[in-house]
Amino acid sequence: MHELSVCQSMLRQVEEIAQREQATSVERIVIQIGPLSGVVPELLQQAFTIARCGTRAESAELVTQTQPVRVHCLQCGYDSDAQANRLLCAECGDYRTRLISGDELLLASVELTKN
Amino acid sequence: MCDTCGCNVTHGNRHLIEEGGKHAHTSDDHVAIEVLENLLSENDHQAAHNREHFERHGVLAINLMSSPGSGKTRLLERTIDHLKERYKIGVIEGDLETENDAQRIRDKGVPAVQITTGTACHLDAHMIHQALHQTPLDELDLLFIENVGNLVCPASFDLGQHLNVTLLSVTEGDDKPAKYPVIFRAADHVLITKSDLLPLLDDFDPDNAGQALQQLAYKNPITLVSAKSDQGMDEWLNWLEAQQQQQNRQQSKGAGSIQTCL
Ligand SMILES: Nc1nc2c(ncn2[C@@H]2O[C@H](COP(=O)(O)OP(=O)(O)OP(=O)(O)O)[C@@H](O)[C@H]2O)c(=O)[nH]1
Ligand SMILES: [Mg+2]
Ligand SMILES: [Zn+2]
Ligand SMILES: [Zn+2]
Ligand SMILES: [Zn+2]
Ligand SMILES: [Zn+2]
Repeated sequence: MHELSVCQSMLRQVEEIAQREQATSVERIVIQIGPLSGVVPELLQQAFTIARCGTRAESAELVTQTQPVRVHCLQCGYDSDAQANRLLCAECGDYRTRLISGDELLLASVELTKN
Repeated sequence: MCDTCGCNVTHGNRHLIEEGGKHAHTSDDHVAIEVLENLLSENDHQAAHNREHFERHGVLAINLMSSPGSGKTRLLERTIDHLKERYKIGVIEGDLETENDAQRIRDKGVPAVQITTGTACHLDAHMIHQALHQTPLDELDLLFIENVGNLVCPASFDLGQHLNVTLLSVTEGDDKPAKYPVIFRAADHVLITKSDLLPLLDDFDPDNAGQALQQLAYKNPITLVSAKSDQGMDEWLNWLEAQQQQQNRQQSKGAGSIQTCL
C-alpha cells in the first residue's frame, strides 16, 4: 500500500512548514487528489491516522478535495468532463485528448496554531 | 523550485493562488498557509537528480512495469540477447524478495543491481539513487529498471526514468487498461506479451486491449511480442534504438551540470 509512503512524505512537508512558521500544532491539512493520481483518498485517510502519531499534526484533520476528471480535445478544441478510464471528448468522441484536471496529488494548504 | 515554476497549477486549483495570496491569516495565533506542492515532492526532487545522473552519463533509462509474472525479466533477457553486441546495457532489479531476477540478468553477462531495501510494493527515486551509485553508468548506453510486479503503486513514483514501458500479458484480461488506467496512461509503449500463447486462449483479444487503451487517450505504440517465439521483437528493438538515438542527439546539444549527491 503506497498510500502510507505518500502520507509520510506529506507529513514531512507539513512538519517542515510548521517548523518554519514556528507553529506548535497543525490543525488542518488540505490536499487535492484526482482519480488519475493513483492514490485512493480513503486509503490515504487510513494511513494518516497511523502516520500522524508523534508529529505536530497528531490531532490534525485531513481534508481531501477530489478533483474532477476533465479533458481538452485536440481535434475540436472542446473541454469536457470525462471518467478515469474513458477520457474521450464529450463533444466529438475523439480519443486524442489532453488531461486538464484529474491527476492532481497536491498539498493545497495547512492551518497552524502558534503558541 | 516547484513553488515558483507554477508546474502544479491546474484548472482546479488556480483560484487558490489568485485569491487571498500565500498567507491568509485568520487570527493572530492561527494561520492558514497555501502550499500547492506535489505530495511526493521529496520523491520528485530525487527523481530529477537521478535524471541528471542519467543525462550526464548519456544513459537512456527505461522503467518496466506490469503485474507479477507478465514477462518483464524474460523480455529483458531476450532484449539483451539481441542488443548486447551493439549497446552496453545495465539493469536495476526491483524484485525485493529474491535475487533470482538479478541473477538471470547477470547470467546474460550484463551488470544487474538488486534493490534490497524498502517496501515491497513499488520502487521509489531514493532506492534507485542508491542503486545508481553501484551501477557503472559511465559504461552504459541503456539502463532498464524492472519495477516490482504491481499495476497500482509503481505508477505514482517517478524514478527519474526517461521512458515507461507497461507490459500486459495475454494470460491477463484484455480489459486491464480500463481497470488500471493510471499505469497504462503513463506508458510510452505498451507491450502485449506472451503472444505465442494467443492461439491457446479464446478470451484475450488484442483489439479489445487496444480499444481499452484508446479510451485512456493513449496515443503511443502498442506491440504484440513474444520472448519465446520472438514475434514483434523487431518492432520493440527498433523502437528502443530510435529512442536511444534521439536521446543521444539531445545529449550532444547541451550537457548539464550535476549537483552534489546526497
Ligand atoms: N510462453 C511464454 N512464456 C513467457 C513469455 N515471457 C515470459 N514467460 C513466462 O512467464 C513466467 C514469468 O515470466 P517473468 O519474465 O519471470 O515475469 P516477470 O514479469 O519478470 O515476473 P515478476 O518479476 O515476478 O513480476 C515465466 O515462467 C516465463 O518463462 C513469453 O513470451 N511466452
Ligand atoms: Mg521479474
Ligand atoms: Zn504500494
Ligand atoms: Zn472533440
Ligand atoms: Zn516545479
Ligand atoms: Zn546522486
